[in-house]
Amino acid sequence: MRSPALVVICVAFGLLVCAHSGAQTKNSCLDCHSSMDAPLGVAQEQFAADIHAQKGLACTGCHGGDANADDPERAMSTSAGFRGHIDRKQVPALCGKCHSDAAYIRQYNPSLRTDQLAQYGTSRHGKLLAAGDTKVAVCTDCHGLHGILPHTDSRSPVHPLNVAKTCSRCHGDATYMQAYKIPTDQFAGYQQSVHYQAMAVRGDLSAPTCTTCHGNHGAVPPGVASVENVCATCHVFQGQLFDKSPHKAAFASAGLPGCMSCHSNHKIVRPSDDMLGAGQASVCTDCHASGTVPLEVATEMRGRITALDDAIKASDELLSRAERSGMEVSEAKLQQTQAADALTKARVSIHAFRVDPVKQEVQAGLKTAATTYKAGKVAMAERDFRRKGLGVSVVLIAFVLTGLWMYIREIESNGRRNGESNRE
Amino acid sequence: MSPVAAVRAWVDERFGWDDLMRPLRHKTVPIHRLSYWYFLGGMTLFLFGIQVVTGMLLLLYYRPSANEAFESVQYIMTGVPFGWLIRSIHSWSANLMVFMAFAHMFSVLFLRSYRTPRELTWVSGLLLLFLTLGFGFSGYLLPWNTLSFFATKVGTEITGIVPVVGPHIMRFLRGGDEVTGATLTRFFGFHVALLPGITTLLLGLHLALVQRFGISVPPSVEEAWSRQEATAHAEVRRSVDVSPELGSTHGTAAAPAVQRSKSEAVLHERPFLPNFLLRELMAWYLALGALGALAALAPWPLGVKADPFAPAPAGIKPEWYFLFMFQTLKLIPAKVLHMDGEVLGVLAFGVAGVVWLLLPFLDSKRRGRGARLVLGLGIFALAYIAGMTAYGFIAR
Repeated sequence: MRSPALVVICVAFGLLVCAHSGAQTKNSCLDCHSSMDAPLGVAQEQFAADIHAQKGLACTGCHGGDANADDPERAMSTSAGFRGHIDRKQVPALCGKCHSDAAYIRQYNPSLRTDQLAQYGTSRHGKLLAAGDTKVAVCTDCHGLHGILPHTDSRSPVHPLNVAKTCSRCHGDATYMQAYKIPTDQFAGYQQSVHYQAMAVRGDLSAPTCTTCHGNHGAVPPGVASVENVCATCHVFQGQLFDKSPHKAAFASAGLPGCMSCHSNHKIVRPSDDMLGAGQASVCTDCHASGTVPLEVATEMRGRITALDDAIKASDELLSRAERSGMEVSEAKLQQTQAADALTKARVSIHAFRVDPVKQEVQAGLKTAATTYKAGKVAMAERDFRRKGLGVSVVLIAFVLTGLWMYIREIESNGRRNGESNRE
Repeated sequence: MSPVAAVRAWVDERFGWDDLMRPLRHKTVPIHRLSYWYFLGGMTLFLFGIQVVTGMLLLLYYRPSANEAFESVQYIMTGVPFGWLIRSIHSWSANLMVFMAFAHMFSVLFLRSYRTPRELTWVSGLLLLFLTLGFGFSGYLLPWNTLSFFATKVGTEITGIVPVVGPHIMRFLRGGDEVTGATLTRFFGFHVALLPGITTLLLGLHLALVQRFGISVPPSVEEAWSRQEATAHAEVRRSVDVSPELGSTHGTAAAPAVQRSKSEAVLHERPFLPNFLLRELMAWYLALGALGALAALAPWPLGVKADPFAPAPAGIKPEWYFLFMFQTLKLIPAKVLHMDGEVLGVLAFGVAGVVWLLLPFLDSKRRGRGARLVLGLGIFALAYIAGMTAYGFIAR
């Protein structure tokens, strides 16, 4: 009779082998294709990082076939459902087969949206693809092919930091985009913008990139009427003021896009006060002739804002001088931030394109700047008082020192004289 | 009787003022080319006096709690009349006092004033130096700004490195595991009560010993004087040995020579009261002027209120008088012969402190190897402290 222990050991060993085999899912596709060159080659490391592969959805999930068969004929047989290379026109539908199925996606990521395919259908890319243009972007152009990473992964082409570069692969290629007759300087312009500075330089992922304004799956340039709405998603106050301003109706009737008319669309640089008024760099003079009421309003707004800016600068300079002299001005400097806030609010309020809102903010700011300037003056006066006091005390100390020295000499010369007279 | 004489007589009747002053009236201070170094001890004492007076004034407004400490110092600097002056003088005087204490210690070392019978004067003086550093460390936290908070955090962490007792010392100093408001209150207690109490006792002992043994003269100066006197006596003997047939006039001429050598001997010292004390008073007035100038032209900064949850500022360093130790610990490798480098560094400084306390006992003879050893140690210590402090300032 065989030993019971031996039987147990064999069964356990067998189970282990099965478990090990189960854990290492066979993928005959990758076994061959990882050693092939492009376009059939798929790098093992790249595919290992793919989010689908990590969730257990391997090659056959998209391409069909039998990944357990080593024989290529069997692995790539139509009876096994092999689809081979996926045509570009079929890519969105293929991806949408899973990604539009809410119940299916819920098992992997309940918060992931499932309207991408529907959105894509409304986009410029989707409509052109439906009309037969295969040059437009499909899912794999932006998300990658065999090494798809989640959009939260900074290596992903659709991570916020990388989106603009991904879009510019086509939209920045003048030769590729020739047939579409649209500009290809968007990325170059965006790189000079404050939005790019915030995103790429300061790492603020909430800063807008291409998809923020254009949409991602439903990407379409905003219409003339929509530009203001898009900007007002973040720039809320400017949008609200513009809605009540005389420019709203005027721009609409002229077919001019709201914010873009003054601030551009992609090359949105930090606005300066020079954009306002009647100066050379002013945008107001693009439409308004000199001597007209609107330009006078613009000039007055500019004048008030400049006055507040100058007052804040004067106060800053005085407080800095006081601080460098060693005076304690931290409270005044804290108060100065309120004046700076008032200046920001004044600059926002020009989007009402009326003097009164600007005047209100400027006056509040001027009051604060006057208070901090006065604090600076008091600090400098205190500094002068201390230095005068130092001068007086130095003179007094010098007198005392001189007196002490003379007294010492007197008592020592008396002592020497007494010593000599004692000797005599 | 004049009013001054009447008051003096009244005080003398009750306190024995004349008996108290008699030793001081007879006290003399040697005069030689190195006697300027004698001012350093008095200067340190004067600066300590400034600290006590300004400290007591600051006590009127300072609040030793984490919520109010910074604001109370801010109020002293901005709201209290001449508060800025008192606070800045207190801060500058603290630094000058530490410097003077070190200078006084090194001058005593190089002038070899620690020799028998002045060993305990040296020991008490060195303990006073350690107490001065303790004052600096505890006082630095009291404004509760970012620099002081993190400097205290780093400094107390280093005490925790000492084997066996280190963690207990650290918890004792901090009043807990971390630097908190409890640490501030505890440091305040050290700074205004515990340390001043111990310092007063030690200072009394130190001054009593100085009074008892008088001011030491460096051996090189003593030898020069001995040679001078020997030469003067030889001259006197030569003039007395002149032939008697020359007559009494020559004998008369010899007498002034003897008297001249005596008057020269008198010039080797001056009375402490009032000559030396008046000179010290001049130095103290100069120091007072310097403190006023520093307070007016370079007021001590307030800084930013400490935020215990913020990370330590990059490149945080302790005050300059701890920099040489801090820099040494930074440079020691993590492991030295399988021992923790930091532990080794802290222990080395501990051993150095003990050796320094016992220096007089290494140089008990008048000349010889002991003197050369102490001189060598002194030069090394001075160069090391100065060099490492400079390096600590420059290093990032």
